[in-house]
Amino acid sequence: MRNALRRFGRTHEARLLLVTVALMIFLSFATKNFFTIQNALDLLTSYAFPGMMAAGLVVVLVAGGLDISFTAVASIAQYLAVLAANHYGIGWLGLFGIALAVGTALGLLNALLVTGLRIASIIVTIAMLNVYYGLLMFVTGGDTINSLPDWFANGLSWVVAFDSHQNPYILNMQMIGLVLAFIMTWLLLNRTSVGRQLRALGGNPEAAKRVGFNVLRLNMVAYGYMGFMAGLASLVQAQVAQTVMPNALVGRELDVLAAVVLGGASLFGGVGTVLGTILGLALLAILQNGLILLGVASFWTECFTGIVFLVAVSTIAWERRRQRLAIRRVIGTAA
Amino acid sequence: MPKFLEMTGISKQFGGVRALSDVDLDIAAGEVHCLAGENGSGKSTLIKIISGVQPPEPGGRIMIDGHEVSGLTPAESIRRGIQVIYQDLSLFPNLTVAENIAVERHHGLHAVNWSAIRDTAQAAMQRVGVSIDPQSFVADLSIAQRQLVAICRAIANDARLVIMDEPTASLTRHEVDALLALTLELKRRGVAVVFVSHRLDEVLEIAERVTVLRNGEKKGTFEARDMTDRRLVELMTGKSFNYELSETDLSAAPVVLAVRNLSRAGDYDDISFEVKAGEILGITGRLGSGRTELALSLFGMSPPDHGEIRIKDRPLQLSSNREAIANGIAYVSEDRLSLGLIMEQPISSNIALPVLERLRGPFGLVQAGRWRETVRRWIADLGIKVSDPENPVRTLSGGNQQRVVLAKWLATEPSLLILDSPTVGVDIGAKDGIYQIVRDLAASGLAVIMISDEIPEVLYHADRILIMQEGRIAGEYLPHQVTEAALRQAVDA
Repeated sequence: MRNALRRFGRTHEARLLLVTVALMIFLSFATKNFFTIQNALDLLTSYAFPGMMAAGLVVVLVAGGLDISFTAVASIAQYLAVLAANHYGIGWLGLFGIALAVGTALGLLNALLVTGLRIASIIVTIAMLNVYYGLLMFVTGGDTINSLPDWFANGLSWVVAFDSHQNPYILNMQMIGLVLAFIMTWLLLNRTSVGRQLRALGGNPEAAKRVGFNVLRLNMVAYGYMGFMAGLASLVQAQVAQTVMPNALVGRELDVLAAVVLGGASLFGGVGTVLGTILGLALLAILQNGLILLGVASFWTECFTGIVFLVAVSTIAWERRRQRLAIRRVIGTAA
Repeated sequence: MPKFLEMTGISKQFGGVRALSDVDLDIAAGEVHCLAGENGSGKSTLIKIISGVQPPEPGGRIMIDGHEVSGLTPAESIRRGIQVIYQDLSLFPNLTVAENIAVERHHGLHAVNWSAIRDTAQAAMQRVGVSIDPQSFVADLSIAQRQLVAICRAIANDARLVIMDEPTASLTRHEVDALLALTLELKRRGVAVVFVSHRLDEVLEIAERVTVLRNGEKKGTFEARDMTDRRLVELMTGKSFNYELSETDLSAAPVVLAVRNLSRAGDYDDISFEVKAGEILGITGRLGSGRTELALSLFGMSPPDHGEIRIKDRPLQLSSNREAIANGIAYVSEDRLSLGLIMEQPISSNIALPVLERLRGPFGLVQAGRWRETVRRWIADLGIKVSDPENPVRTLSGGNQQRVVLAKWLATEPSLLILDSPTVGVDIGAKDGIYQIVRDLAASGLAVIMISDEIPEVLYHADRILIMQEGRIAGEYLPHQVTEAALRQAVDA
């Protein structure tokens, strides 16, 4: 236990946790509203969408790939699902069924293209982002769906308790979806053989082939899972927004990528954890929320977020280089 | 002893090129066997056939455990106990030692059984007497430890024949000894081991038989105890190399480099020596003895803490490699692939880049004519086999790449050339070419420092030998006054 704790202390996640907690303590004293349950619930609700996307994206990164197209996938999934729900009485099951099926199918298509074309996944998925988005805009003419079925517009939420001003504490489907997404990703990456194969593939693709892992199948799991998450997240987002705009999501993919990379996942593959992703996302969320609460102009928020990202990623790179040098030194003296 | 593997009449052709013709090979259970040959001799093709990656041409027969196998696939080969450990080891740096060893347990679609993985790994490690923390990540291990992990993985897969491709290439002597001890343990357990190598001095110590391939043909299988290095080289190359020990008299030659009391904390300590014009000074010592660090300091890459460097009697304070180049020092790095060349760039650019400054004409623009002239001259001078100097360097063979690196640095017209492990990964035939070039360069008045792991290399190709140990110079020898065994002892002391 002590050993495990010491091992954890040396990880990127531990440092991220430290920074996040420090920032939380600072904001609790510097602002009136940060350290309230209501603010925490708001944050969970509004970051459910990028969070669920991040839970999908970290799997793709661990497998040594990269997906940029998931915002377009989510847009298509939510558009088709809500359109169907408006015309047919399909209910919750049908709604989620359509969104998840569409998301997964488009993810699988990405996997086929990335594996089949043998082109860098970033290039393939940037292209697919444009293909998916362009098709959606063409077919819909850019029209927004403003009227949602009542049951969906009302959403799923439960009042859990009240604060001192009799305002309700609400548990909603956004929070459940977010928690569910991270639990699923954790189980996939750590408790299934396929998850370990994905990690192996990201760590050394050549060796993975030699061991006999099926690269196409693994890519289908990774990109398919990303698509599945995009489908799930798309409905959670549509419910918060209370409308479905075909152009609402595209453009947010880099924020999600930033959170995952901030969480320690490597663009070179094989590295990345659920805890890191949660912390990366939390740090970005708290930072943006805190700056707003501090009354900083929103342009500065973006600028500041960018700087924090740059610093964090540089520390990761620096730390990895230091480790490599240390290993080389050990090898040298052992000889 | 019963035969584990018997192959007869194995031939293979790739697009009109004969890779193997009518080769026989047999491996007894628990035998340690060497497969020797230069690059392109057919070693890799033979391994691919044994491991089921490539089928042999019709007429070739493969018997495993006395049963004829036809249509061997990789999975079938593994199932029958054949495991290949490639030079890159094929490990997963981001997974734990236990997962790497028990990677077969990750196949399929099921929940991970972490305790079974740990048990499999522990059992495999225990069977061959290896102890590495199963929870540590492979990325944090040394090369030697990684190799042990790869061997344990083979054991965990119930290997009966382990084929190791160039296993000693990146190991220190001490680590090689550990590997050889482990091999004997495998042998005791009835597991046969095939070493594939073109550097066999260590492996010959424990092997029973050696099979030599040249140009796809088998030159024979020999008892290892009757084999000498010299004979092996002859069999592999078809040529004999008789190197004479140097007795060059350099007493009258001017001193090019003089180093006095040079120290750098943690790297080397109180180093003094001289190199004369026309001299080849060999420096040898184990990895980590400070030889490479010393070379980097002479090249201005890591400044010394104390001491003095003089070039042609002028004191030098080098703070960058650019200054070193300007002062006539050239350094050809150990790792030519990652540091010495830009693999995707044309051969011509690789040669001309370091001297771009000198090729400039009016307006500071590079003059195409002088560029071409420089490239042509060095390609001719060093006998680089090039079809078109505009091809990427990557298309050249290892020996020719090495020559391009040399050309690149010679174009800077140095007075001191530092070569760090100049023949690592180069065939014996190509090595000979490099030795010839270095001797010719020295004969033309260049001072050369040749750093090497291989004792015969410094013994036969240097005029004087320094041995470094833990950052200090532990001895100075003249080739004709010392034996290979004595040098080896001095290095390992």
